[in-house]
Amino acid sequence: MNSDRRLIRKDSLEKLFKALKQNNKTIIGPALQNGKISYKISNNYSEITSDYIQTTQSSKEIAFPRTEKILAYSKNAEGMSVKGIDIKDIPEIVLWGVRPCDAIGIGELSAIFNWDYKDEIFNNRLSKVTVLGFSCSKADEYCFCTSVGGNPGNTEGSDILFTQLGENGDYLAEILTEKGSLIVSMAEALFERAGKVEKEKFLVDVPVRFNHEDVRNKLTTFFESGEWVQQSLKCLGCGACAYVCPTCACFDIQDEAHGKSGSRVRCWDSCGFSLFTLHTSGHNPREVQSQRWRQRIMHKFSYMPDRLSVFGCTGCGRCSRACPADMNILEHLISIQEATV
Amino acid sequence: MDDLRKRAKELLEASAVKVVIGYENGTENKTRAIFVEKPEDTGKLIFDSRCIMNLASYLTKHEVKNKGKMAVTATLPVMRAIIQLASEFQVNDSNLLVLGITPESKLIEFKDLAEVESFVHKYQIEIDVRNKEMLDKIDKMPASERWNFWIKELAPCFKCYACRAACPMCYCHRCTVDFNQPQWIPVPSHELGNLEWHIMRAVHLAGRCVDCDACYNACPLAIPLNLLTKRMLIDAKEHFGGYQPAIKAEHLMSTYKPDDKENFIL
Amino acid sequence: MADFEPRIVAFVCNWCTYAGADLTGTSRIKYASNVRIVRFPCTGRIDYMLLIEAFNEGADGIIVSGCHPNDCHYTSGNFHARRRWIMFRSLCDFMGIDIRRIKFSWVSAAEGAKWADIVNKTVTEIRALGPYDEYKKVAKTPEKEVIHG
Repeated sequence: MNSDRRLIRKDSLEKLFKALKQNNKTIIGPALQNGKISYKISNNYSEITSDYIQTTQSSKEIAFPRTEKILAYSKNAEGMSVKGIDIKDIPEIVLWGVRPCDAIGIGELSAIFNWDYKDEIFNNRLSKVTVLGFSCSKADEYCFCTSVGGNPGNTEGSDILFTQLGENGDYLAEILTEKGSLIVSMAEALFERAGKVEKEKFLVDVPVRFNHEDVRNKLTTFFESGEWVQQSLKCLGCGACAYVCPTCACFDIQDEAHGKSGSRVRCWDSCGFSLFTLHTSGHNPREVQSQRWRQRIMHKFSYMPDRLSVFGCTGCGRCSRACPADMNILEHLISIQEATV
Repeated sequence: MDDLRKRAKELLEASAVKVVIGYENGTENKTRAIFVEKPEDTGKLIFDSRCIMNLASYLTKHEVKNKGKMAVTATLPVMRAIIQLASEFQVNDSNLLVLGITPESKLIEFKDLAEVESFVHKYQIEIDVRNKEMLDKIDKMPASERWNFWIKELAPCFKCYACRAACPMCYCHRCTVDFNQPQWIPVPSHELGNLEWHIMRAVHLAGRCVDCDACYNACPLAIPLNLLTKRMLIDAKEHFGGYQPAIKAEHLMSTYKPDDKENFIL
Repeated sequence: MADFEPRIVAFVCNWCTYAGADLTGTSRIKYASNVRIVRFPCTGRIDYMLLIEAFNEGADGIIVSGCHPNDCHYTSGNFHARRRWIMFRSLCDFMGIDIRRIKFSWVSAAEGAKWADIVNKTVTEIRALGPYDEYKKVAKTPEKEVIHG
């Protein structure tokens, strides 16, 4: 479907929000808590923030929640009863205010969850999500979407992409998918005809800092490099990078039992933790942090493109912003590209 | 700063230490840890008010400590952490040299950890005004309001364990949360899992926390979890005469006095 | 709430309070049956996580009890325990956990009557406070899906 370009007035966004609420959509948008911006369920338009470069956490929770009960069981006189997730119980979500680097991340995440086994729960959740992207007019030192094939006005992954035409200006709305059109149909009057608009003029310029194909090629012979130790000396081994990442998909399965009933829960995990690879025997194939850091980079820039034909990085820069030790992934990728093997 | 670079250079040239752990410029006007192993790289070392990370966290890290003898740029909170670590047999004079930075930002040389200890003891651990106000505010809330406050504040926690990783005192190879036989703390970051994790963290740090705020600074979601350890610090003062790290001291929570006072045991 | 019967878990040491509770029984002193006793070698062994675990499993109140100071079978277990209780109780209070629901006591092997009295008073008090719904609601979170931080 070709994109349909319309114009929506700045003041009409609130009306659109209300129209979506009236259509029983659960709206999840960027909201402020403790000075950090995260996606939260928004009941009022006033809760939504628009002044941000990037949210602290990615929007992956809409399809891959941090903690998710995948089944519940109970034991009774007749035997066992097991109950899974009913797709009817999953709310219709409108994801509001997603940056293009997040929107594209949903596709990358999807590639992982549909690699060999098709993850039904993930797919069902995703099928109920409509993505309203907002292009970027601002960037910071951490942003590098253009180095991994994205750009500040990238439409990929969004159902509608809004681009603000100048500070305090109205918005260009590119309606990209059926889901997007459905949203428009809920408030048709708000979407006016757009004249000729040069969208690129209003986007921030994010310089290309490295070539991801070069990095990928370099990695094929880089496994034994001493660079990993150098880069990861300051890594503290927490999971902040993985948990804020839009494409990190590692999870752990836990059984929470209480007497005769319990539930099986899927929750996030991270390759940065030493526990992640610890064997029952006590042996740990990734014994030190440099091996874990290598795994993180290799997975995103070598294994994923090899196996899934997508990169595991959208250039959102969240991992670097969230890192308590200021491990800057962009710097490290540049130094991998420049390293002589 | 020049003093620091000069001293680091001398130490590396004389092979008195294998690595100097200090601060360098990072992204967006932040600073971060640097591990200098060559004398010519000492020019990258910096020190200013932005250098708040607790570098003592690196002293127990395998790949750092295996390099050999370490020198570390240490502000007062870092020195406190080092003394506490020394009392727990994690660092000693043979593997660590402290390049102290006084609260007046002057370089100060220490012959050994005993000297660091006497320097540290010149200062009391004081909770800053802003946090003190917050603690008072929480104390004044009715219990159920406090409960709701903490459930709400802890709700965003996704258990990335950055607080644990950044804490110099959390050096255990396997943390309680990493054990699943039995599973004391629920792994998922739901309300109960988060509540238990933060209770456990605070209790394990009681009488050991040097109040450096590394946990709070590390938290990507800015959860005020340092208030819990600060509260433990106040309690230690109130009940056991206060906490000051000391190389040969009995730990506050692994010792007792026959006349410890309480007013709640029936 | 008239028909509410609190569930109380008592963590007691083997040498004093457990023997004391035994004496309560052999002395034919009647006391509330709401309490489930868990026997430990020493109060020094009663980890604070066990108390949290009791609340997780639906306790409305907790009693922790052991030897009087200087009476510990292992010389100092109860002194260590006392320090931990002081800190832990204060932390619980700070976090809004209802500390009226956690009772600490010293009950010796000779104090059968004191044990009955402590249990009865605790049960009466917690019956008046009602079930610990505030905590139970949180302990039940695994039952719901958590999505948006």
